[in-house]
Amino acid sequence: MIPAEHFYYIGAALFSIGLAIVLTKRNAIMILMGVELMLNASNINFLAYNKAGSLDGQFFALFVIVVAAAEASVALAIVLKVYKHFKTINLDKIADIKD
Amino acid sequence: MTEVTFYFFGILTLASAFFILITKNVLHAALSLVVTLLSVAALYVFTNAEFLAVTQIMIYVGGIVVLIVFGVMLTNDVSGKTIISGSVNRLSGTIITLTVLVMLIYSGQELTPIATKVHNTASIENLGEHLMTTYLLPFEIAALLLLIALVAASIIAGHDLQSKIS
Repeated sequence: MIPAEHFYYIGAALFSIGLAIVLTKRNAIMILMGVELMLNASNINFLAYNKAGSLDGQFFALFVIVVAAAEASVALAIVLKVYKHFKTINLDKIADIKD
Repeated sequence: MTEVTFYFFGILTLASAFFILITKNVLHAALSLVVTLLSVAALYVFTNAEFLAVTQIMIYVGGIVVLIVFGVMLTNDVSGKTIISGSVNRLSGTIITLTVLVMLIYSGQELTPIATKVHNTASIENLGEHLMTTYLLPFEIAALLLLIALVAASIIAGHDLQSKIS
């Protein structure tokens, strides 16, 4: 049987890699990928620490997936709009928020 | 045998995630994301969450990755040129990330592992029953959230309605 700690370590490492992507990349789509990795890392922990006899962890992970899907669609719509307006999705070059 | 498969998928998850971090090509990163998400789905199976694994494959690999690849294609400056995205803040990013990793691992050792030894069988029937009784309110809110996200995404990315009306 695999100990729950090993799930935890994989989740922690995956979360850190996602955080590193969010911090170091400047392409908006790359940052979105980093956020998805962080959400997946949290899901691994929800499932690994699911209490025996209950399904709470599984439902929590299910709703995380639902929210991630909604977040990705809206974020990509915003990215497309930003690209239409600024002709770039490099976040360092997008400084003003006005028209 | 189970252990070998588990560590294989664990290492595959981390390796492909690390490739996203080091690659400069956005399209390669999107393809590597597919490998990461599929191996995370394999890890879900080891926690007896088969339904979640299938959901992960359908929604993430079938939906979100396709969306991301379309996003990459639609935000390409010049067609035919590979999309290159360098990295910034390398030093501070590494320091913050390593700090968070060490913090997480230390705090993880304080956690008492709650019985992953005794796994209950989470059949789809069982899940569906709970979804319609115990978790009915979150279920309905999730449905509403998805509707709002759908409308919002199509309004934000769609054509400019305002100029057509006036």
